[in-house]
Formats: sequence, structure tokens, C-alpha cells
Amino acid sequence: MTALLLHRIHFAFTVTYHYLFPQLTMGLALLIVALKTVALRRNDQRYNEAARFWARIFAINFMIGVVTGIPMEFQFGTNWSQFSRWSGGVIGQPLAMEGVFSFFLESAFLGLFLFGEKRLSPRAHWASAFMVFLGSWISGFFIIVTNAWMQHPVAYRVLPNGVYEVTSFWGLLTNPWALLQYAHNMSGAVITGSFVMCSVGAFYLLEDRFPEHGKVFLRVGVIAGLISCVTQIFPTGDLHGRYMARHQPAAVAAMEGLFSSQRGAGIVLIGQPNEEKQTIDNPLAVNDVLSFLIYGTTKAEVQGLDRFPRDQWPEPLPLLFYSYHIMAGLGTYFVLLMAIAAFLLWRGKLFQTRWVLWPLMLSFPLPYIANTAGWMTAEIGRQPWIIYGVMRTSEGYSKYVSAGNGLFTLLGFMGMYTVLSILFIVLIYRIMEKGPLPGELGHAGKHASLTFA
Amino acid sequence: MGFIWFWLVAVMLVAYVLFDGFDLGVGILHPFLARREEERQLMLRAIGPVWDGNEVWLLASGGTLYFAFPLLYASAFSGFYLALMIVLWLLIMRGASIELRMQMEIGVWRSFFDGLFFISSALLAIFFGAALANVIRGVPLNEDGYFFLPLWTNWRVGPEPGILDWYSVLGGVVAFVALAVHGALYLAVKTEDALQQRARVFARWAWGVLAALTVISLPASIIVRGDTLVNYKSYPVTFVVPLMVVLSLVCICRFSRHGGDRMAFASSCIYLSAMLVGAAIGLYPRLLPSSGDAARDITIPKALSGPHTLHVGLAWWALGMLLALTYFVIVYRMFRGKVSLDSGGYGH
Repeated sequence: MTALLLHRIHFAFTVTYHYLFPQLTMGLALLIVALKTVALRRNDQRYNEAARFWARIFAINFMIGVVTGIPMEFQFGTNWSQFSRWSGGVIGQPLAMEGVFSFFLESAFLGLFLFGEKRLSPRAHWASAFMVFLGSWISGFFIIVTNAWMQHPVAYRVLPNGVYEVTSFWGLLTNPWALLQYAHNMSGAVITGSFVMCSVGAFYLLEDRFPEHGKVFLRVGVIAGLISCVTQIFPTGDLHGRYMARHQPAAVAAMEGLFSSQRGAGIVLIGQPNEEKQTIDNPLAVNDVLSFLIYGTTKAEVQGLDRFPRDQWPEPLPLLFYSYHIMAGLGTYFVLLMAIAAFLLWRGKLFQTRWVLWPLMLSFPLPYIANTAGWMTAEIGRQPWIIYGVMRTSEGYSKYVSAGNGLFTLLGFMGMYTVLSILFIVLIYRIMEKGPLPGELGHAGKHASLTFA
Repeated sequence: MGFIWFWLVAVMLVAYVLFDGFDLGVGILHPFLARREEERQLMLRAIGPVWDGNEVWLLASGGTLYFAFPLLYASAFSGFYLALMIVLWLLIMRGASIELRMQMEIGVWRSFFDGLFFISSALLAIFFGAALANVIRGVPLNEDGYFFLPLWTNWRVGPEPGILDWYSVLGGVVAFVALAVHGALYLAVKTEDALQQRARVFARWAWGVLAALTVISLPASIIVRGDTLVNYKSYPVTFVVPLMVVLSLVCICRFSRHGGDRMAFASSCIYLSAMLVGAAIGLYPRLLPSSGDAARDITIPKALSGPHTLHVGLAWWALGMLLALTYFVIVYRMFRGKVSLDSGGYGH
């Protein structure tokens, strides 16, 4: 394996694993605020108990998100030093702001939220939950600003010594790419949060344990789920896709498997890209749809990969094609499932309709897959550039860190994350087993943990 | 601008060492001071609500370093690759052990995470000390401004040093003892009865070791880098800083003998700050000196970001620090006083 490929896999592996956790905590943070709000408004203890239950799940996910997140910031320097050296003045800025504006906020108020329920008034405790939500969503924003600049560099210039500098701080923060990507990404995080909440709710109802809490989970999860699944496609996905078609046409052509430019381009629903023959094998396609989705008219021409030199094609191309199709396919399924569930909830029949509770319980892994596939689409689509159109990925990695050293630490991370995953599953199982106990302390209180989790 | 950002990053790193320093110290002392399960829980509870926030100082200083001095960030992080990766793994293990310990009521489970908490805290303290020593000693920078250091070579401070040599190991030991003392003094403030007594006794005993190591480390630094004293000689007023080191050491000893726990902890804060600031004065205006040709030193002007970046950075940095300090005041006030075992939350 070449050093370049190893450094790419190193970052891809650690960031993919890391993002399994923040996508849930960012989504859950919003849902916990919703639960606390209902509890406060209606003075309904079930909602407070539900919030406490989800706070336990949140705390473990947050902890793993934190410890797996630290390596991400470091890896810009350790594995991508050439990239950091030239662009640090631009992207170091949002990364530093994430630490200063978000991590301090989150860590301080998470402590209050988890430890302080008895010391704080209900309103102050609600506020601490809100601050945790705010902190995690600010954190997401700065990360998206960083990534968006790599996808669509704006508001910068190159100084005589070769270093990139921000010319407009405001321009960096309001990069249109960042705003679209942020909306799309956060909506995706709420989908994960909602599906996980629905899943546990459906499990408790099907099992007939804690049914009252299960209903609370389902009610909040289905409503948030329907809203986020719809906004995921329209407007956020739609706008982001069109913007991408304008600024990264090669990436869109590869995502759609469009090898040659076409008027009235069709959309391929399923198929296997064949790079040698430059066709899609076994395509299942719908005519004209792609032109319509991008340009609003079925006659418009969509640029295919033939318009771009081979060394500007994203690679690995098939993986990009599949990531995008998995994301879009799952997104469609999410809307269908949540629409049915929401309809039944509205008619008051959801809690008895087992054929809907079953898919709700089983579907929780799918948003994780969809979010991961979405990020793979964005990141592979950006290739072969580390800063789109400006710096190639092959120019960005640490030249003096050999492949052997890269593999050593990659294996180290794989081993460590395997152990973390096992511990995580055991602990989540225990929390599910204990369930949201009613009453003041329940038996969870007797052995209350002294720290966060 | 370079001067300002040099010292802003230095201040953030000092804040990191003062804050995370005491919870690393608690980790080092955890197996020795706590004898019973309740005492172990008390020690963890003393840092429980704050350790995570303390660690944020490391991330925030890393980020600030990244945008203010990108070349330094790129060169140092890739050059110390292996050591940094080990630090990351230790941070992961440490965070996990603090949070996971209480999740199960199984003795073996808790003992395992106690052990992991100790090992990771101790090694982190040593690595941080060694890291500072590496920066003082210098690294073999090439003409691109990069280097790559193996973990060790022949343990000598030669032209081809490893990350660990006799000098950086000494730095690691100084940090280990200094943070253990810092942690003990913090525990003396936060706990009562037997645990507090043991923490005080430890601090008194370890104080002698720390004083001896401090005295050794100064001439060692001058042997390793003859130019350490250049700034001191041109600005004699800076000798105040080493003087502060000595005075604060004396204060630690005096206060801890007379039960002035808070004052002893404050003295320890001054000691750590003075040690770090002293090193920074010796370094300035270099950020990462070359162990060979001085022309290859990574200096402030070489590594500094563009002017607009830094101007804007100053504005949000000031605002962000103000907010961060506010949160710290809120949290430390909420959890002020001695720790006890009754729960403040609902069983998380």
C-alpha cells in the first residue's frame, strides 16, 4: 500500500468511526430538549424520566464521541502536514473556534445537566440541556465550515510565501456550501436520533415493558423523524445537490454514473459502474429525471465524465456511485416509513400496529449507514482534490511519515475502537435492560455513577 | 502580532497544565491514596464534573496553534508522529476509564479501569514533560522545515536524537512528580479526613523529590542547549521567573505543612506556570529549534499566519476566552467545597 492510500484510509477509518457517535448526540440533544420542554410545560413526569433515560445513552455516546474526536484534530497535523502547512491559516480558524466556542460550552453544561438536576431548578436544568444542544450544534457548524472550505474554497488568497490566508472571515463562515451542507447534515443527525428513539420505543412496546415510556419515545421520535426525513430531501438535499452540480460537476457525473454528457439525462436507480467500458451494467433507469432534478427542465444537458480529463475523475469511482445510491435509496425509505408511522400516530393506532412497530424497531442502523454513505459521497466526490480545484490530495499528506508508521497507528486505532465498540454495546444493553425507571431515583440512583456517564 | 500569539498560545498551554494537570495528578495518585472503594469513588468524584472541560484546553490550544502557526503545527505534529499517536491512545483510554468505571458493579471491572486510569494518567504526564523537553532540546529539522523522530535512538542528546533521550526522560519525570504533587494538593483541598491526610503526607514527601528534580533540570537544560540563557541575559528582569519557581516551591512546602491547603495548591499553580513561562522565555522567538543548523529553526516570523487571519482571530479569541472563563467559574462554583458521596443527579 502506498503512503498516500494509507493516510487516506487512516483518516477515513477514524472519522467514519467517530461520526457514528456525534450524529446521535447532535440529534438526541435536540430531542432531549424537546422532552424537557414538554415535561416543563405540562409538568408530566414521564417526559422527565424519558429525558433522564436518554441522557444516560447520550452520556456514553458523548464520551466516545469526545475521545474519538480528539484524534481528528491531531491528524490534520500528523498525517496531512503538507495540507495543514499551507491552509492552516484558513481551516485552522474554524477548528480552533470549535474548541473555544463549543467544547468549553458543551463540557461545562453537560456536567451541570448530568450532575445538577437536584441542585438546579427545573428551568435551570432545562437551560443546561439547551446549552448542551447549542454547544453540539455549534461544534457541528464549525466542522462543516472547515469541510465546506475544502469542498468549495472561498474568501481566501495566497500570500507570497505560499500560505493561504482568509480574506473575509464572514465570507468563510457564510460559504453557501457550508450553509447547505450544514442544513443537510444536521437534518441527517436528527434522523439518526429519531430512529434510535423510535427503535427503543417500539422495542419496549413489542416487549410490553415500560409501555408508557415507549409511547413517549415513539410520539417524539415519529414527529421529529417525519420532519427531519422530509427536510433531508427537500429542501436541503435538493438545494445541496443542485449547488454541487454547478460547482463539482465531475463529482455529480460520477455519483450518477453519467459517463457521457446527455440532453434529457436519465437517472440510474440501480446498476454497476463499469469503468473500463464506461457504462453502467444492468441499469434500471428513468428517462429525463436527472436533467429535471438539476435544472428544472427535462431537456437540459447534464455534463458527463467525458467532459473531464481522466486525472480529474473522483476515485474510487464505483464506491462513490454506490455511496450516493445507498444514501438516496435509504432516504426515500425513511420518508415512507415515517409517513406511515406518523399517519398511524395521528389516527391513534400506531401503538397497536405491530407491522409498523417491527420495522421501526429494526431500522435504527439504517440512518447510520445513510449518514456515513452521505459523507462518503461528499468526501470521495471531492477527490482527487484535498482542496477542490486548488490542491491535490496527493500533495497534502505527510511526506515524512512512512507507510509503515501509518499502518502501525491505523492498526492501533482499529484495535482500540474494536474494544470501545464492545464496551459500548454492553453498556447500551444494560441501560436498555434497566429502562426508564419511574420515581425519584429508582434503583439506578443507588449506584449512581460519580462521573459523567 | 507574532509576539502576541506566541504568548496567547503559551497562556492556553499553561491553563491546560494547571487544569488538566491536577486531574492527571489525581490519576497518578489514585491507586496509592485511596484504600477503600468509597475513597476511590471520592477521588474520581473530585474531578468528575471538570476533567472533560479541563482537557478542552488542550484541544483549544492545539487549534489556536494550528491557525496561528501552521508550519509549526504541521512540522511538529508529523515529526512527533508516533509519540502523538500514543498520546491520543492514552487520552482515549483515560477518558474511557474515568467514564466506564462506575457503569458496572463488578469488582474486577472497576479494578481494571482503576489500573488503566493510573497507567494512562502517569504516561500522559511523562509524555507531556518529554514533549516540552524535546522542544527545548530541538529536533533535526530539514530544509523543508520537517523532521521525523523515532521514539528512541541511543538515548543521547546528539545530532540524531530520539523522542526519548536522557534529557526528555528527565523532563518526563519532572512533569510526573510535579503533577502528582499538584494533584495531591488539589485533593487536600477537595477531600476530608483520612484521604486528605494521606494527600498532605504525600505532598510533603514528594515535595523534596520535586525540589531536587527542579534544581537538576535547570543546569541540564543549559547543558543541552547553551543558548537557553540568551534572552535572560539580555533582559535580566526575566530572572524574576526562575525566582518565582524557587519561591513557589518554598511556599508549597510551608503552606502544606501548616494546613493551608488552598494556598499550597495556589503555590503549585504558580510553580507550574513559572516553569512553563521560564521555558517559553528561553525559547522565544523560536517555536521549534533545530538541533543542527540554527538557520533551520522554526521561528515566529517563519511560521506566522497571514495578518488578516490573526487580526480576526484576536477578536473572536478574546470573546471565546471570556465565555470559557465564565463557564469555568459557573462549573467550579457549582461543584465547590468538599466532595461527598451523595448523588447530585439522577443516577447517571
